[in-house]
Amino acid sequence: MNIHIKNGRLIDPANHIDGQQDVFIVEGRIAALGRAPAGFTAERTLDAAGLVVCPGLIDLSARLREPGFEYRATLESELAAAAAGGVTSLSCPPDTDPPLDEPGLVEMLKHRARSLSRSHVHPIGALTVRLAGEQLTEMAELREAGCVAFSQANTPIANTEVLLRALQYAATFGFTVWLHSRDPFLGRNGVAHDGEVATRLGLPGIPYSAETVALATTLRLARDTGVRLHVARISCADAVDMIEAARRDGLAVSCDVSINHLHLSERDIGYFSTHANLIPPLRSLRDRDVLRQALADGRIDALCSDHTPVDDDAKQLPFDEAEPGATGLELLLPLTLKWAQEMRLPLERALARVTCDAARILGLDAGTLAPGAPADICIFDPQAALRVTRDSLKSQGKNTPFLGHELPGKVVYTLVDGRVVFEAR
Amino acid sequence: MHNPQLNRNGELQHLLTIEGLPRDIITAILDTAVPFTEVAEREVKKLPLLRGKSVFNLFFESSTRTRTTFEIAAKRLSADVINLNITTSSTTKGETLLDTIDNLCAMQADMFVVRHASSGAPYLIAQHLSAIGRDDIHVINAGDGRHAHPTQGLLDMYTIRHYKKDFTGLTVAVVGDILHSRVARSQIHALTTLGVPEVRVIGPKTLLPAEVEKLGVHVFHDMRAGLKDVDVVMMLRLQNERMQGALLPSPQEFFKYYGLTLDKLELAKPDAIVMHPGPMNRGVEIDSAVADGPHAVILPQVTFGIAVRMAVMSILAAH
Repeated sequence: MNIHIKNGRLIDPANHIDGQQDVFIVEGRIAALGRAPAGFTAERTLDAAGLVVCPGLIDLSARLREPGFEYRATLESELAAAAAGGVTSLSCPPDTDPPLDEPGLVEMLKHRARSLSRSHVHPIGALTVRLAGEQLTEMAELREAGCVAFSQANTPIANTEVLLRALQYAATFGFTVWLHSRDPFLGRNGVAHDGEVATRLGLPGIPYSAETVALATTLRLARDTGVRLHVARISCADAVDMIEAARRDGLAVSCDVSINHLHLSERDIGYFSTHANLIPPLRSLRDRDVLRQALADGRIDALCSDHTPVDDDAKQLPFDEAEPGATGLELLLPLTLKWAQEMRLPLERALARVTCDAARILGLDAGTLAPGAPADICIFDPQAALRVTRDSLKSQGKNTPFLGHELPGKVVYTLVDGRVVFEAR
Repeated sequence: MHNPQLNRNGELQHLLTIEGLPRDIITAILDTAVPFTEVAEREVKKLPLLRGKSVFNLFFESSTRTRTTFEIAAKRLSADVINLNITTSSTTKGETLLDTIDNLCAMQADMFVVRHASSGAPYLIAQHLSAIGRDDIHVINAGDGRHAHPTQGLLDMYTIRHYKKDFTGLTVAVVGDILHSRVARSQIHALTTLGVPEVRVIGPKTLLPAEVEKLGVHVFHDMRAGLKDVDVVMMLRLQNERMQGALLPSPQEFFKYYGLTLDKLELAKPDAIVMHPGPMNRGVEIDSAVADGPHAVILPQVTFGIAVRMAVMSILAAH
């Protein structure tokens, strides 16, 4: 279908565009910006007056809960949430049940996602079988089945020999490994940052060293093996410094932070709010402020939602028994905008962190509105406000520390491959 | 953020923690407890303040002493007491905590006395009661995880006031396993709220929680230095399981460096009192010569504990 998006403010960070330009879509791709290509007739015209037109968001971490956790969420519910959130590509961690450690599972997931014709789903394959940290998965086969990278999700590899071999093997094929830094022993029973709040509330703590010790090991092994490393969801200031130092030494390493850690701190646990039970834990206010600055100046490459739908029963428990995680697909754009407002960042720079920068980490031909690119587009009203309520969320997971908050930005249209997959009424 | 243990008028709705409790509420509880200590001396040890009320002792973690003192307190106020020992762990999932609460609400409970291994469990119950419109039911935290044991903290304050009269000139040391202790946290909040100018915590680094100084205490690792000129020594129980894992090398070494002995006690003021929440590990955190000696007020703590729990229950029932 030929679509004409008119009167919008076009922001394309990949090409440093921020200005009034129309977009013309032919056969699922961007055909032209500004002026219509020769012979173009629109079958549909979207009036974007007063709205921002930008590349569809790319979420580096969104759990869709299939297979295995369908009582928490399904592809249907979560891809509807993605569309409503303006997210047109997402990568999902392998911590499903069973984990994504076999090509057949990955093919099935990709097939299910394609049949729904919504956002693009890019699975991250398991680095070790059953994520158990013992035996390597068939990474090359998994790659052919569609995995874009390999990770352990939140499960650390206790045996550093296995970690070394996994990184070596991935490096053999040039695969990217995503690791979340978490020592298998330090803070193992912890549920909150080992600081003042955990001390006051009597919650078992997770010290900084649980993250930094694992990160130091990972960075060293990445250097020795030459693997392409992405450090997923950092939570503290020291991690930012360590990654910056590794880059100065010439290591190709990228990293991301979640929307929760960009805006919240340990204090948001309040009176044992299980919505603030997250992996990694929410750290101090100072850490949060460093993360916000580091994302702004590029020391942190990308922002992700770390979308983790959890059912009410698993959250209505004492804090240390509750399932960690927060829903986030529909909050990625509003919380990017809120961060941009609070840091006084130009929209173009802020949106880069959830579009072209994320695409670069995934190695995707996406996150750009250059002519020829797939027409994955998010059109939003930057002036409108979103009130986060259980009813406003399309995700089956209603678990977020932002419930009740009013956040900037409202998605009006989402297009995937030139198809309108979401339209606000 | 709304403090869930106070109602809209700032009165005590639930007793969940001492942190954030206004000083006048703490003082009112201690004052209310005074006449209740006399009830125990009477031939008929009953008052009608909770007549017709049902108090449910919900013990998700086993405890004999605390449960018994709550039971005695409730019965002296003429309440009906129902004891439920629901020992479950997160691994053996049966009925959820809130399902249990819903069922007990349907049995016309008036008060829940809750002991739970997870920090914050009584908050979850209080929030749930509010959500289902049962604000008429009061929750008393009888110990949750490492978080709080407010009636223990209050009875300790009652004991200190009984012997020392005034809080504002005291130096108090809390000694031992602060990290895992809900008692220590409640004591520290109570002491600082009541205006004790110097609160010390004494223990090895493995048994002190992160940033504990932010609770308003001075940290000592050397017990002799920490006990110098203190008016009150509050010993904590060292759970046997702390000897497993890497927290401590042995009970013997702990006793040598952090156990309260007569010679260490000599560093405190001559009229210092020694307290312990019980049950004691003699020869681990406290020497029998101290526990049974003239400075110890450990048994009066137990007696005062009943009066303080009666005070808490009667104040809650009046709101």
